[in-house]
Amino acid sequence: MKWWRSAAKPPIDKLLVREKDNSAESELFFRRVLITLSAVFLALLAVSGRLVYLQVLNHDRFTLLSDSNRVRLLPLPPARGFIYDRNGVLLAENLTSYHLEVTPEQAKDLEAVLAAIRERITLSDADIDRFRKLARRTPPYNATPLRFQLTDDEIARLAIDLYRLPGVEIKADLTRHYPLGERGVHVVGYVGRIDEAELRRLDPGQYSGSTHIGKTGVERSYEEVLHGRAGYEQVETNAEGRPVRVLSRTPPVSGKNIYLSLDMRLQVAAEEALEGHNGAIVAMDPSNGEILALASQPIYDPNPFVNGIDSASFRKLNTSKNRPLLNRALRGVYPPGSTIKPLMALAGLEYGVVNRNTGVFCAGVYRLPGGGRKFHDWKRSGHGSVSMDRALAQSCDVYFYDLALNLGIDRTHEFLSRFSMGRPTGIDLYGEKGALLPSREWKRKFQKQDWYGGDSLSAGIGQGLFLATPLQLAYSTAVISQRGNNYAPRILHATQETGARGVVLTPPRVLPPITLKNPRYWDAVISGMIHVVEGGTAHKSRSPNYRMAGKTGTAQVFTLGQNQRYNAKRLAKHLLDHALFIAFAPLEKPRIAVAVIAENGGGGSATAAPLARKVMDAYLLDKYDPAMIAGIKPDPDTQRDGSN
Amino acid sequence: MDRISARKLLGWIRLDPWLLLGLLAVSGIGLVVLYSAGQRNVDLVIGQAIRLGLGFTILLTLAQIPPHYFRFWSPWIYLIGILLLLAVMVAGDISKGARRWLDLGVLRFQPSEIMKLAVPMMMAWFFANKPLPPRLSHLLVGAFITVLPFVLIAQQPDLGTGLVVGFAGGIALFLAGLSWIVMFILAGLLVTVVPLFWTFIMHDYQRQRVLTFLDPESDPLGTGYHIIQSKIAIGSGGIYGKGWLNGTQSHLDFLPEGSTDFIFAAFSEEFGLVGGCVLLALYFFIIARCLYMATRGADTYGRLLSGSLTLIFFLYAFVNSGMVSGLLPVVGLPLPLFSYGGTSLVTIMAGFGMLMSVYSHRRTPTR
Repeated sequence: MKWWRSAAKPPIDKLLVREKDNSAESELFFRRVLITLSAVFLALLAVSGRLVYLQVLNHDRFTLLSDSNRVRLLPLPPARGFIYDRNGVLLAENLTSYHLEVTPEQAKDLEAVLAAIRERITLSDADIDRFRKLARRTPPYNATPLRFQLTDDEIARLAIDLYRLPGVEIKADLTRHYPLGERGVHVVGYVGRIDEAELRRLDPGQYSGSTHIGKTGVERSYEEVLHGRAGYEQVETNAEGRPVRVLSRTPPVSGKNIYLSLDMRLQVAAEEALEGHNGAIVAMDPSNGEILALASQPIYDPNPFVNGIDSASFRKLNTSKNRPLLNRALRGVYPPGSTIKPLMALAGLEYGVVNRNTGVFCAGVYRLPGGGRKFHDWKRSGHGSVSMDRALAQSCDVYFYDLALNLGIDRTHEFLSRFSMGRPTGIDLYGEKGALLPSREWKRKFQKQDWYGGDSLSAGIGQGLFLATPLQLAYSTAVISQRGNNYAPRILHATQETGARGVVLTPPRVLPPITLKNPRYWDAVISGMIHVVEGGTAHKSRSPNYRMAGKTGTAQVFTLGQNQRYNAKRLAKHLLDHALFIAFAPLEKPRIAVAVIAENGGGGSATAAPLARKVMDAYLLDKYDPAMIAGIKPDPDTQRDGSN
Repeated sequence: MDRISARKLLGWIRLDPWLLLGLLAVSGIGLVVLYSAGQRNVDLVIGQAIRLGLGFTILLTLAQIPPHYFRFWSPWIYLIGILLLLAVMVAGDISKGARRWLDLGVLRFQPSEIMKLAVPMMMAWFFANKPLPPRLSHLLVGAFITVLPFVLIAQQPDLGTGLVVGFAGGIALFLAGLSWIVMFILAGLLVTVVPLFWTFIMHDYQRQRVLTFLDPESDPLGTGYHIIQSKIAIGSGGIYGKGWLNGTQSHLDFLPEGSTDFIFAAFSEEFGLVGGCVLLALYFFIIARCLYMATRGADTYGRLLSGSLTLIFFLYAFVNSGMVSGLLPVVGLPLPLFSYGGTSLVTIMAGFGMLMSVYSHRRTPTR
């Protein structure tokens, strides 16, 4: 007998045995078990009920939650369309580049990771500042770029250690690149990182995968065309947010390629001609409104702007007194000076204030009726007796003082408005200014003064309050050359779907023609403009190869005192007169209209007209300096089929 | 010849085939689910299978031992358990902020686990020779037997195990015939004391803790996250489930503890309402069979012991499935025979072993 057997023998307790009734207790136990079993049944039924509630009644809701847990839409940014000039010269393209991204959430110890990266590649403080700034406004599970344009060497150095750097990734992307750099920068513009204000405004469906957006120029004006349509990938992610597999994919649609109306050779010729001046040259095809060149000097390289220009360089550009960032062609406002005279002459004819043969005697000075202030002609000795032809050819101020006074500001304002003076021409480029065509109302409203006769005289020779942009001048010249036929200035020549051979040409935007009481008025004014070049103020810029009509202008930057004389030699450069010139050619069938402004260039005939001549020669005679246009060739990859 | 010897052998081995079948069914399904919930980790499944094998071995071994041995050892096991709990209090290892473990050099274990068996044994032992329904004085002793380990375990703190131990004692009292009057008085006392306690004794932060405990979803980044993800897993399963190995919540790591405490959610996601109900029905079958076996016990000791052990099993199943489906607060109890790992599996199997022993020795009283 083993020891536990004896130990296990139950003690006999007579008292207790007597009191216990096993069958009664068994019955009691059975009842209690029944109750318990019912309770168990009910409890498990409650759980089943709960399952029904979750799995049947709320199934859809939880399915949705489960899917939103695991399914994420990854945006697929479209490739931006390229920009070409009218001949297929590449102006903006996308280059593959590599950048470094850090996802703060995955990095855990961000500082340590940044330090580790810094050990391997160069990271400037500006890089880190920008990273922190970006990281602050994106959720921590989103990757934030840290360094752009990694070199192959840097990629190699990072790649081997990438597994030790949580949350750090090398990403390939397309970076906008402007192969011609500063050439045509004011037209092409540039893209830059999307900023906060843009982020609020943009459709997140289209831009959540995009990092860049057009900031100025065509890049901005044709953002919608160039950007394309975003695609997206439905991916299944795990709890950490890492994609596990792709469920479906909607590919992005690349942006369209854009062909500008610019002829890059002419653009370069214009920029080169202006070299050394601050100013602008606008050349357009008067027969359809296409802008052939839109030069604004000084120019600058847009490439540094793409991934965020450093603040020192930006400050330098932004505070330079030459203001390279200003697109003078659209946004520079200048007193048009004598270049307004053809329009004034037209107004005089239209309203019967003068006729073609009306003579005015110019003694070099004009007095308002009833005495008062003297208004000088630019030629102190006077032009003698002048008719309209001579008044335009010699740019006689007295003739136009008289005309302007007789016309009155109201009619002047009405007539010049038709030529888009004082309001934007409606070019398809962002940021065009309307400048200022003065009027009685304007003066009363903004200067709280009445309009005086003297104001009309100043306005009549494009001085005083009168301001115009180079584009407005080129446009009005084009309208004159077409005798009132009228096309809105336009920079978009054609668009092209990615991969397509053909292009879709943009039709000219025909505006209602300007009709005069007598169409011969056009001839009278054009004749005067011909005489400007042929024996007039711009006779030195006459071409032996084609006939041109033009008008010089010299706009005062500051007002001379009553009896002062203008002496260029004694004036600081920034106080020198602006030199202006407008022209179109050839006479028979005008193909080009040009406006030139050289700030502080001195005189229109001496400075501006030769510049216009250079541009005209280049365009009409195909006379390009081979050295200048060496890099400007149609892109061999361009799949442009001209016939479409 | 052979058939006779085989039957003889089976008859000689003490077991209940119905209960064994139920347990094997649930364990089998559990392994299949674990393979999916554990991200197709075969090692995990093998480990669990070995643990189950060990559990069934213990079950079958204990089933062979006549219940009067358990009865004899009951007070000693209880006493040793209490002493070990005191030892833990003084010299236990701290893990995850709770002092639960006793490190004996070779063996590191939770004495509170012993109490899950010791309390039902002790209660059954105590009431075995008392006239039932129990007198008040006996009730007080029974209450003391239960409350002492409960307090020792709850202060570790280990609310889950404390709850099991307390529940086991309470259910033993109920099965012993605790009068309804006493129960009503206790319930009434509870109803009056709790609000007073809530209003006057507890601090704000304690109230907040209790509220979060009762409604975990008010804390979506803490415990609420588990429950929210678990409900999503179950709910998205629908009626027929996403299919085996197709659960996204569990496979993509959204479901925390998917192979342990929250395996029921992983199961429900893949097998849907149908699977869930089948499983609950299996649990009910096991519990019902056990309770039937308990009623067939030869004497009070066997019946009470079997009854409370069964209800411990039920408590695990109910609290876990209720917690995972968001019906009950979060208490860290595994789903018995399903959840990966655990000493509790061994304890539960030991309990079933004693149960089978009581049933198969029903013609031999423990005295």
